[in-house]
This record gives sequence, C-alpha cells and structure tokens, in this order.
Amino acid sequence: MTEAAKASGNNKVSEMMNQGNNAIIVKALRKTFNDEEFVVNGMDLNIPRGKITVIIGFSGTGKSVLLKHILGLLKPTSGSIQVLGQEITAMNDHDLKMLRQKYGMLFQYAALFDDMDAVENVLFPIREHRRDLKEDKMVEIAHARLHDAGLAEKDYHKLPSEMSGGMRKRVGLARALALDPEILIYDEPTTGLDPVLTEMVDNLIVSTHNLKKGTTSIVVSHDLFGAFRIADHVVMLDAGRVLLHGTPEDFMHSEIELVKRFVTKGVHRGES
Amino acid sequence: MTGYAIFRTKVNETFDGAFLWMWRQVVLTVLEIGELAHFGLRAIGKFFQRPLRFSELIVHMEFVGNKSVIIICLSGVFTGMALAYQIYLGFKHVNAGSLVGPTVALGIFRELGPVLTGLIVAARAGGAMAARLGTMRVTEQIDALEVMGVDPVQYLVSPRIIASVIVMPLLTGVFDFVAMVGCWFICIKLLDMDEAQFWDRTAAWIAPYHIYEGLFKAAVFGLFFAVICTQRGYNTKGGAEGVGSSTNRGVVLSMVLIIVLDFFVTNLINSFYSWKEVLTR
Repeated sequence: MTEAAKASGNNKVSEMMNQGNNAIIVKALRKTFNDEEFVVNGMDLNIPRGKITVIIGFSGTGKSVLLKHILGLLKPTSGSIQVLGQEITAMNDHDLKMLRQKYGMLFQYAALFDDMDAVENVLFPIREHRRDLKEDKMVEIAHARLHDAGLAEKDYHKLPSEMSGGMRKRVGLARALALDPEILIYDEPTTGLDPVLTEMVDNLIVSTHNLKKGTTSIVVSHDLFGAFRIADHVVMLDAGRVLLHGTPEDFMHSEIELVKRFVTKGVHRGES
Repeated sequence: MTGYAIFRTKVNETFDGAFLWMWRQVVLTVLEIGELAHFGLRAIGKFFQRPLRFSELIVHMEFVGNKSVIIICLSGVFTGMALAYQIYLGFKHVNAGSLVGPTVALGIFRELGPVLTGLIVAARAGGAMAARLGTMRVTEQIDALEVMGVDPVQYLVSPRIIASVIVMPLLTGVFDFVAMVGCWFICIKLLDMDEAQFWDRTAAWIAPYHIYEGLFKAAVFGLFFAVICTQRGYNTKGGAEGVGSSTNRGVVLSMVLIIVLDFFVTNLINSFYSWKEVLTR
C-alpha cells in the first residue's frame, strides 16, 4: 500500500470513527469454539450509520461469525459489540429479542417459510411484532413492502416452491423490510446467482437503500465486483481481523498483497 | 516376556479398551438424556410464556390427531379382531370362550391401545415433526425466526409437544373403541358367542381406572416421542442427509423408548395403587 493510499484510507476510517455516528461498533472482539483457535481474533470495526458497508473476505475469515455476533446469535469469548448505542454482549434474551426487531435480514437462499405464500411470509414479522395493527393494515403494509421489493402483484400468492431465485430474493427482502428496520443485513445475497440475477440483486440493494433513507445496510459477500458497485465502505477480513477498511477506491489502490489478489480476481471475474 | 505374560497383557488391554468404550457410551447416554430433558422442559415452560401460541397448538393438534384417526382406526379394528381370535383359540380348550371379551378389553385398554397408538403416531407424526424441523434448520428458516425476534423453540417446538400430550390419549380412546368393535365382531358375528354374556363379563372385569391407566400411558408416550423427534429435528446438522438421519434417529429412538417406557410406567402405576391401598387402610 502506498503511503498516500494508506493515509487516505486511515483518514477516512478515523473520520468515520470520530463522527460518533456509527450504527455498530465492534471492539477487540475475540471468539473461539474450542479454546485453541480464534475464529475472530481481536477485531475492531465501525459500521457507519446510513451507509452501505460491504464485508468481504475469503472463506473462513470470520465473516459469518462476525455476522452472528452482530445479530446476537453468538456470544463473544471477549470484546464488545455496540449496536445502535446498546452493548449487546451482556443482553438477556428479552432485550436481544427487542433489539432484533430493528434488524432486517436477507438470507443467502432467502430462508422463506415454505408453507406460506409471499404475502404470508411478509406478514409473519408484522403479525408477531405489530399486534396493535388491524389485519387490513397489516396486509396493506405487506403489499407495500412486496411492491417496494419489486415483486409483481400476480406473484403475491405464490409459494416459495413456485418462485424463481430472483422472486425469492425479492420476497426475502420484502420480509426483511417489513418492520422498517434500522439495520438491513444481506448474507451473501449474490452467491450462486447468474450474472444477470447478481446485477438485479445489487440494484435491488442500492434502490432499497435509497428508498429507505437512513437505513444502515451491511452486505456480507465474496463478490468484490458487486461490492465496488454498491458499497460506500468496504471491509476486508482476514484471519479473524480487519485487514482493510475503506472506500472502494482505497481497495483499488491498496498495496496489500492479499487485497491486490482479491481485487484482481474479483474485478476480472466481474469484467468477464 | 513369556507367552503367558503376553497373553495376559493382551487380555488386559482388550478388557481396558472394552471398559473404556462402555464407560464412554454410558457418559454419552447420560449426556444425551440430560440434553433431551433440558430441551423438553425448556419447551414446555416456554409454552406458558407470552405470546401464547394457541393457534399453533390447534394446528398441531389437528395434524397429530385428526390426520392420524384413519390409520389408528384401521390398526385398532384389526388388532382387536386378531387378538380376539387368538385368545379364543386358546380359551376354547378350557371352555372359557366367554372370557375372550374381557381379556381382550384388558389387554387393549392397559397395554396394546397406548403402545400401538404410540408407535403408530410416533412413526407418522413424530417422523414428520423431525423432518419438518430438520428441513427448517438446514434451510435457515429457524435462523430467520430467531433474527426476526421470534423464539423458535416457543413457536415451533412447544406447541408440537403440548399437542402430542393432549391428543395421544384421545387417539388411544379411539383405538380402544375400534379394537373392541373388532373384538365384538369376531366374537358375536363370526364365532356366534352370546352377546349378553360378552358384555356382561366385559363390564364385570373392566373398571374405569383400567382405561385411565392406558390414557395416562398414552400421554407419557406422546410427551416422549414429541420431545425426542423435535429435539432431533431442531438440532439437525448438514443438508438433506442430516434431515434424513435425524428423522430416522428420532423415530427409531421414540419407538424403542415407548416399548421400554411401557414397562416402567406399568410398574409405576402398580406402585401407585399399592401406595394408595396402604394409605387408605
């Protein structure tokens, strides 16, 4: 990495840290499952509020484990995680449940409930957490979310088994948006998709982010080309730590060998 | 070392290995029982927490109960018929044909009714529970529930367990009834026994507590197969193979346990009667 690029990257990161406007702050996070090997090993990371942050890295670098920590599905061995100003590592089940209502998550394969149609899938979190609303209002919200996610009205009553991959992603996204979350998480949204569908999902992420102003979007991905297209910030993980955190430009100009390898392969794949 | 010394060393090593293996199996079994008990108690406790899942309970009662009625009726009627005929073949040699009805009734109400209902429902509904939860686990649907702030144990597991406990005695009641219809058909319509004597002897031998015993056993079997099958499904690992494996293990363990438990619950019930007798003296 050239001194200029390093300085530029560091300046931007420190600028983000200083702003105090972070949705998520991870400090000295460590996690081991067997008391020997640390999957996450002293990770420090700030995810800025209202931006799209893409977390990339090779397989086994701790992306999924980091995500599970942010969601409160795993407890760290040591370290701290603050989400929207609340420390989640010491939260009880009830508080975590309340916090999770502020998250929306699109899973890799959408994870739709296969016995429910598109509308029922989107209605599910609304029925669970907005019991004060009348059924008509709930259905209206569900339809609006499906519309926002770009699902055609004729597909509203299809079961997941009758949907294409793209339709499932749209329904998954509509379900993630159902409760107007403050943080939207996309877990490898384009893995295994063809280039056309990949671009569609990337566009969907950006349009959703633009539509829901102020929402913090976190995308965990292998796809660097896609990351460069959609990200305000990119975080690269390696060996359970943050290798580089910066803008896509910082990554393009990085002199770090691993980043260069990732960028070269990622961009070539994207270009092809 | 002499040949004898070598032989002794080998024998010792073999015994040590066998002992260690057995010890390991014992520890693993105890751990597994502990895990099952913890899972079951947690799920039952969560059923009574808010938000209450009554609509889910009704859905699962319909699935476990209503959808098992035909298979239970078919099994029940033929079990009653076969049992009546076999007992008649034995009893006719001692001129005790009139006791076929009450003997079948006792066997069905106290043993065969709850055990066969347990085995049939464990295979049908228990297998379906394990497969459904296993599929939800491997397709991240359970993770999705958790991320949405919905407790998956309370939403998916608790209603299934409570539904099985409620519905199993009802299904056993149906089994008992149709088995007695089968028995009546063989005795009265095919073997030409005296109907009045058949009902008179049966009424004289059978007390309501014989039926309650069977219903109690059925509720216990319902609890056990539901806990085992949901726990196996909920903790499924891997893909389709994992789902198949947890379904298979859940059903096999449930069926074996129903037969083993039957012995212990029977003893428990008899001990209860003994204590009751002592206390009321």
